[in-house]
Amino acid sequence: MATIRTAVDERVAETTLLKKLMARPELGSVAGAILVFVFFAAVAGNSGLFSAPGIINFLEVSAQLGIIAVAAAMLMIGGEFDLSIGSMIGAAGVIIAIPAVQWGWPLWSCVLLAFGIACLVGYINGIIVVKSGLPSFIVTLAGLFILRGLTIGFTRWVTGRTQVSGLKSLAEQDWLAPIFAGEVGHTLMVWLANLGVIGMRADGAPAIPGVPMSIVWWLILTAAATWILLRTRVGNWIFAAGGDPNAARNVGVPVAAVKIGLFMFTACAATLFACVQVLDAGSADTTRGLLKEFEAIIAAVIGGCLLTGGYGSAIGASFGALIFGTVQMGIFYTGVNTDWFKVFLGVMMLIAVLFNNYIRRKVTEAR
Amino acid sequence: MANGNGGPPLVELREIVKRFGSVIALNGVTMKVHAGEVMCLLGDNGAGKSTLIKTLSGVHQPTEGEILIDGQSVVMRSPRDALDRGIATVYQDLAMIPLMSITRNFFMGREPGGTRALGRFNVGGANRIAKEEMAKIGIDVRDPTQAVGTLSGGERQCVAIARAVYFGARVLILDEPTSALGVKQASVVLRYVAQARARGLGVIFITHNVHHAYPVGDAFTILNRGRTYGTFQKNEVTREEVLNMMAGGKELDELSAEIEEFARADAATGAVGAAERAIAEGLHHEAEALHKH
Repeated sequence: MATIRTAVDERVAETTLLKKLMARPELGSVAGAILVFVFFAAVAGNSGLFSAPGIINFLEVSAQLGIIAVAAAMLMIGGEFDLSIGSMIGAAGVIIAIPAVQWGWPLWSCVLLAFGIACLVGYINGIIVVKSGLPSFIVTLAGLFILRGLTIGFTRWVTGRTQVSGLKSLAEQDWLAPIFAGEVGHTLMVWLANLGVIGMRADGAPAIPGVPMSIVWWLILTAAATWILLRTRVGNWIFAAGGDPNAARNVGVPVAAVKIGLFMFTACAATLFACVQVLDAGSADTTRGLLKEFEAIIAAVIGGCLLTGGYGSAIGASFGALIFGTVQMGIFYTGVNTDWFKVFLGVMMLIAVLFNNYIRRKVTEAR
Repeated sequence: MANGNGGPPLVELREIVKRFGSVIALNGVTMKVHAGEVMCLLGDNGAGKSTLIKTLSGVHQPTEGEILIDGQSVVMRSPRDALDRGIATVYQDLAMIPLMSITRNFFMGREPGGTRALGRFNVGGANRIAKEEMAKIGIDVRDPTQAVGTLSGGERQCVAIARAVYFGARVLILDEPTSALGVKQASVVLRYVAQARARGLGVIFITHNVHHAYPVGDAFTILNRGRTYGTFQKNEVTREEVLNMMAGGKELDELSAEIEEFARADAATGAVGAAERAIAEGLHHEAEALHKH
């Protein structure tokens, strides 16, 4: 017994602060975000990227992606993918726009309908994956095409076109719309502008009218997801379901319910994304959200999620989204051709996967 | 060794039959486990051990026969159901999730936070409990947040057993807990099995390794081709006889040849035998020490 005890002590004693940090899944994306900020501060420091409107700009881009990236990360930790996120964005936009514009439904009821249908889509995705045992990659890939096709087909059948506009005025009159498309903190901005912290327009209004709701949603979702993952029973179930569904099931974790719930969550996050975009832009387009599922997955992977499940972090995914948004807008501000953004994405993803793989080996290294 | 013959057995199986379509996995299994008893269920590959475990732990429902807990006939519909009745199963390789921390594994499926799914998982308290429970079985975990993947196989088994005991298991089903382990690792697990018995738990120890089963077992049930051969108390059988029955239906000369080989190996090298004796002796002392408390 004595020998075993010593052996345990030896091993634990090796754990340095660096190793502890390495064991945090979000380390890579936080470090990456810092690197990106330093880089653009050096290259594009005075191009307006870090002025108040510039910051809001890249935060808004990050926030929209962050909303679906956090959901995608939770699902990935739960051991599954959802490739139908992008199509769900397009579908949700149309579900909000057509009844509101064509049939005169109150906008709030259309938003509720969209979330209801999202729950249904997520449930169907989940139940097929759980019952069939097929890889969610394939099941939701089918979902990607079915949902996109339905969206385009239905929209053209009802309106004769693939775009629905005319939501702007409806959104302004609706009571529910401002929680998706409005801004908060106008008085704060006025105060900051008077202090000279942020700029002022010629008419005396602050350079930015407020913080867009998308950013607020992003922060709320990140905080809630992190809390759920790390501090609730369900969080432990999500890690367990992704880590080893059989082991989890054997100790009484409701694996099927957890996975179905996560699919419903990603579909709802996609709908939230659609609400933010459609109510802000005032129009829905059937091609909205194209390729967003991949961007969400890349952000989650950069954030430390393993493709095999059971490991990752919501904060990491948020930082992944922040890297995305910053680079996308940064490239725009520096005047580099935006084509290069995709190259960056791919390289970033590859580095993240290699890094995660290394970390996973370190974390689970048996004696 | 206390066999708790006073009351009804903790768990009793009566003529359990399990069929999967036309395949008969279990064809009349009868066995009992009392409190404070280690029942070794021995069988070769394909004897129906896995099916029996899954039936006992609520994964499968028997086609025929009945399961009695405390003398009451019960139907267990899910692993959760079995857990709630105090039957905890520790699977050989499915016990732990390597990427999750010791604490998270320890509380998996039984997280603190009440019955609500969003109930608060008090991580600090959970870490403390996991550390304490591991210390009770002689494994000093300094950092319960470290991933289980960093533990050795024997330690992982111990975490799984400690978890089951902590959550009020009255019957422990151990599925080949030592088969993937080295001698030293196996002895850690076996020692803990003896501790669990001393605490009054019933243990069903499933193995095909007589050398691990014999030192720690009080009774032996032999499973062969989906049937039980019967249950034998330790003083009724020798290790060699148990081995013979496991092999089941072999020609007599084959058996005796095997026995001779065993005896020869024991006498010649003494290696296996010595290790076993050492384990058995250690367990004996351990059990005595625990009884004194």
